[in-house]
Amino acid sequence: MQTETITQSFVHPDTEGYYGNFGGAYIPEMLYRNVSELREQYLNIIHGADFRKEMESLLRDYVGRPTPLFLSERLGKELNTQLYLKREDLCHTGAHKINNTVGQILLARRLGKTRIIAETGAGQHGVATATVCALKGMECIVYMGEKDIQRQAPNVARMKMLGAKVIPAMSGSRTLKDATNEAIRDWINHPNDTHYIIGSVVGPHPYPDMVARFQSVISEEIRMQLLDKTGSELPTHVVACVGGGSNAAGAFYHFLDEPTVKIVAVEAAGHGIHSGMSAATTQLGKPGILHGSMSLVMQTADGQVTEPHSISAGLDYPGVGPIHANLYKSGRGQFESATDAEALEWAFHVSKTEGIIPALETAHAFAVLPRLGLKPTDRVVVCLSGRGDKDLGTYMQELDRFEK
Amino acid sequence: MSRIAELFKEKKSHVLNVYCTAGYPKLDSTLPIMRALQESGVDLIELGIPYSDPLADGPVIQASSSEAIENGMTLEVLFDQLKELRLPTAEGGLGNQLPVILMGYMNPVLQFGFERFCAKAAEVGVDGIILPDLPAFEFKQHYGTILQKYQLDFIFLVTPETTPERVLQLDSLSSGFLYAVSSSATTGNEQNMDTVSAYLQKLALMPLKNPVLVGFGIKDRKTFLTACEHTAGAIIGSAYIKVLHGNIHYSSVTQHFIHSILHAD
Repeated sequence: MQTETITQSFVHPDTEGYYGNFGGAYIPEMLYRNVSELREQYLNIIHGADFRKEMESLLRDYVGRPTPLFLSERLGKELNTQLYLKREDLCHTGAHKINNTVGQILLARRLGKTRIIAETGAGQHGVATATVCALKGMECIVYMGEKDIQRQAPNVARMKMLGAKVIPAMSGSRTLKDATNEAIRDWINHPNDTHYIIGSVVGPHPYPDMVARFQSVISEEIRMQLLDKTGSELPTHVVACVGGGSNAAGAFYHFLDEPTVKIVAVEAAGHGIHSGMSAATTQLGKPGILHGSMSLVMQTADGQVTEPHSISAGLDYPGVGPIHANLYKSGRGQFESATDAEALEWAFHVSKTEGIIPALETAHAFAVLPRLGLKPTDRVVVCLSGRGDKDLGTYMQELDRFEK
Repeated sequence: MSRIAELFKEKKSHVLNVYCTAGYPKLDSTLPIMRALQESGVDLIELGIPYSDPLADGPVIQASSSEAIENGMTLEVLFDQLKELRLPTAEGGLGNQLPVILMGYMNPVLQFGFERFCAKAAEVGVDGIILPDLPAFEFKQHYGTILQKYQLDFIFLVTPETTPERVLQLDSLSSGFLYAVSSSATTGNEQNMDTVSAYLQKLALMPLKNPVLVGFGIKDRKTFLTACEHTAGAIIGSAYIKVLHGNIHYSSVTQHFIHSILHAD
């Protein structure tokens, strides 16, 4: 655990929740009490001995942590480097999302909340939330864009089977952005009994910091595992895909203040950054406010938030966590992007060379590896954030093309 | 003295503030609707700047915002339309008396440029600003002095969940009036008027420097009168937007609706 005394840091926001110029809590007064309650209590709660004990035990026995750090020999040889895969796809429910929902459900219980709400895009965070709600016997309501409900039927079924109520977001573009708006409105209308489990490092302070802390277990483990395997706990590169950016925040966390470690964030270029069908927020966005924090936001000249595009629903978000906006603006992070086509190609390539079918989101992270100028002495860690079962529908349409 | 201060000096109770969305239902309906409201006898107009993601608003106002954006409404267009705001009534403006407030969200204002926004608003004769997602901290740090420079009133919201200390703080930062949300709820929701009454009674007993207007959940004469029992008046939003929906006879539907609020039949 890092101490709270670090001041000049890429990891920790200031007392008002700012990472450089990004962050803060731009919320209407109707959310003030809920957010300030969280802000006043989250650090005390998550640093409490009983919380840590329960969290550690659930991460170990329920989620299946630590997840392995796997030396990828075939792909590493092809890329002429030492390539390690952090296997978040082996977490219960198939992605890193559950690290955060386990933390937040334990926090919600300590805040005395009885009702849980969440937003979801592809349904991964919705499933991870429904899972921990079932585990703890809590009421669970998941908001999901009406369009996404149609596109992600298996995850909708999983959430329902886990006992969650899935409410379609019918407003605006009827996707993740609107599901988030609806969840926030629900929270406004239920100021007393409800905790909102945000799924990424977005939202008003303290959410970005809180979610990053819950995901930071990823880089905490990477350090120990690398030390064990290589004698050094520092990689040369950490590579992760970024939508809102929770798996990236977790994978980068304990390396951000280590200047020798290259931080590589990979966004979804969609059909190409300048195609008008992209989700590469740092490349296309301008400073603005979305969902309660100042960050980079894809928007029109008039400040209307625009609808992004990515083949991967998990990266299809017009904003990015303020921690990442700061990494981008400060130059601490190297921001790359991969197109829909590159992600598909690499999803099939990773499957065939390593026997791991990655999520489409994760495939974006792999796609940029050949461009990084990697050397045989480099130790590269890719955060394999999720498994590809949820994307089988998309993959099945492409099977003929990639079958040799 | 600002037009808003002037209004509350003259009128201590039953102040009626009505919300409409700029560019809804038609791009160029903004001023005609404001004129219809003025002719119907409203005391104050709250003009909404459409935004794609209006968190503090309910579905009715969000839908009107989306439609206004599709109609082509932007801040540039709006300020162009509002050039005629303070023309004499005979020339299609509102004249010089009725206070007008712009209500919007931070993001479009930031893209326009916060100071440029304030300068334009003051120039066309707008009197006050409501930005529900501008926090008190950032207001004190930075934005408050800009609003003051252009002599614009800034109105904060308070809710039943707002602690008494914080109500006093937000009141001290506000000028013009204080906007009491009648429940911790997004606009357009059904309210339990007894709970609302109890809350407003508590507010009325506090030593506030600003008059209080009640918003959210006011939809007819009954809810308007309940809100007015303990405060200076009320704000009607969603209920009026519903009236405008699919209607082009702005003047007659507005007359009819506002009459039903102000007069017992």
